[in-house]
Amino acid sequence: MILHGKAYKFGDDVNTDYIIAGKYRSKGLDMKLLSTHLMEDLYPNFTDTIKSGDFIVAGKNFGCGSSREYAPKVIVEAGIGAVFAKSYARIFYRNAINSGLLVIECNTDLLDNGDTLEVDTAAGIMHDKTQDCVIPYNPIPEFISEIINAGGVISYLNENGDFKIK
Amino acid sequence: MGKTIIEKILSSHSGNSVSAGELVVADVDFMMGHDFNGAMTIDVFKKLGRPRLAKPDNSIFVFDHAVPSPNEDYARMQQIIYEFAAEQGMKIYDVGEGICHQVIPEKGHVLPGSLIVGSDSHTCSYGALGALSTGVGSTDLAIALSTGKLWFKVPETIRVNFSGKLPLGVYAKDLALYTVKEFTADGASYLAMEFHGEPIRELSIDGRLTLCNMGIEMGAKTATIEADDKTAEWLRSRTNKEYSPVLADYDASYKTVKNIDISSLVPQIALPHQVDNVVPITSVKNIPVHSLLLGTCTNGRLEDLRIAASILKNQVVKKGVHLYVTPASRQILLEAIKEGLIEIFLNAGAVIEPPSCGPCGGVCGGIPGDGENMLSTANRNFKGRAGNSKSFVYLGSPATIAASAITGFITDPRDFL
Repeated sequence: MILHGKAYKFGDDVNTDYIIAGKYRSKGLDMKLLSTHLMEDLYPNFTDTIKSGDFIVAGKNFGCGSSREYAPKVIVEAGIGAVFAKSYARIFYRNAINSGLLVIECNTDLLDNGDTLEVDTAAGIMHDKTQDCVIPYNPIPEFISEIINAGGVISYLNENGDFKIK
Repeated sequence: MGKTIIEKILSSHSGNSVSAGELVVADVDFMMGHDFNGAMTIDVFKKLGRPRLAKPDNSIFVFDHAVPSPNEDYARMQQIIYEFAAEQGMKIYDVGEGICHQVIPEKGHVLPGSLIVGSDSHTCSYGALGALSTGVGSTDLAIALSTGKLWFKVPETIRVNFSGKLPLGVYAKDLALYTVKEFTADGASYLAMEFHGEPIRELSIDGRLTLCNMGIEMGAKTATIEADDKTAEWLRSRTNKEYSPVLADYDASYKTVKNIDISSLVPQIALPHQVDNVVPITSVKNIPVHSLLLGTCTNGRLEDLRIAASILKNQVVKKGVHLYVTPASRQILLEAIKEGLIEIFLNAGAVIEPPSCGPCGGVCGGIPGDGENMLSTANRNFKGRAGNSKSFVYLGSPATIAASAITGFITDPRDFL
């Protein structure tokens, strides 16, 4: 799969309260409505600014804090193509996989806000077209790839009946 | 080679002898959700195609985050949980029973050596009783509810050996904040933590729950303390189930071993807006507080209320300052009434809220105004965490909250001892 989009760069330790503030959770399962508040405390009107397929780029420990699964789900709903970060908080990482959000671990130091990125997920390569540099990233473990390839953990379990760990 | 606590618990629950780095599918002993994400969990559960809970007697929802419901939207989300629980014959701890991370251990659902998941990041708290407990999202909780199992990667472990004795006026919360500072907000990412040493043995179960509660603030999957005589004594009146404590092997392999001497620790404060932005209180000068929160899953226990009451006795909360008290459970509230603590708080001018998360979740119970400073015993001070991104949240111990409520400024509690 080849993805294209613009990079929106954030810092380290972007917590799930920044991704979607707890005060909006009363809106329950309406991800469309919730997604209008994505990142608003760090970047007002973020959802209005981005185009479908754009990327969130961050430093270390992306998604730390609360276990709220709203966080990856609103990122998906807002149309973000993938998240690139140096590292992720583990609960967020699991939630992202379960929600079908592509979360990629790589060195994001070289990327600048506004850069145009092209990502080849099969090859595990990101091309920063603005800076004309190529950044390889860590391949996703096989077991997790199987969940993503199934379209998320619900369809994985419905297909397999159980977790299949080799 | 020997095993860490988490390697042993994941081995016993997966039927294989496993070590760090391996993937396992493990039997989950107990699972917990709450009103903030219950509706999403139920939505996923219904998509998984298994009509009934795998372990109905060990599956519970707790109503603690937005209670009593502050508006019609929350009320609707809570109705979804009531309906599901009724259909499934599932137990709930309803509004007023308390905060999940107090109620679940208090009701005897946490046994040393057990494996527990909860759809709340602070589920790591129950490591205080020697369990492997970890926070998961709604989908993972739904899978556990549906199958009784979940996959895990066996993490490496950081071992922390504490030594020394907590000085007067310095408490488990200060120890927890200092530990977060030492390891930083992602210092234990993808890892487990074990807390060892004499000061840990000295901590009450309340204090151990405070410390383990903040394991997630370093990114830890779980934070565990070996069960001992104190654990057994605490559990005696709460459960008659049998259990075997799981201890780390002497030759277990750790990612890191860190020694922390706490002999000269002073009260600690986390400054906005990061939990690891921790400084000694002696370096904090002239910071006014507009509201204070004594409670939450970190510090709403009886010991915390006793410490705060000992400082607030015959004192009054500074005029114009609001002190909110949220006992962590109904049982704690009852005990606090019997001991006269609630009378002390009320006479001082505090506001007693129902046993619940209070304003910590940012939806009810005392959301700060623009530009206001809230000093809280909670575990997070993220921008907007208390419901207003234009406010500032500071974190400290129950003693620090009590002293600061009297003066209206962030105050070293040792001045009041």
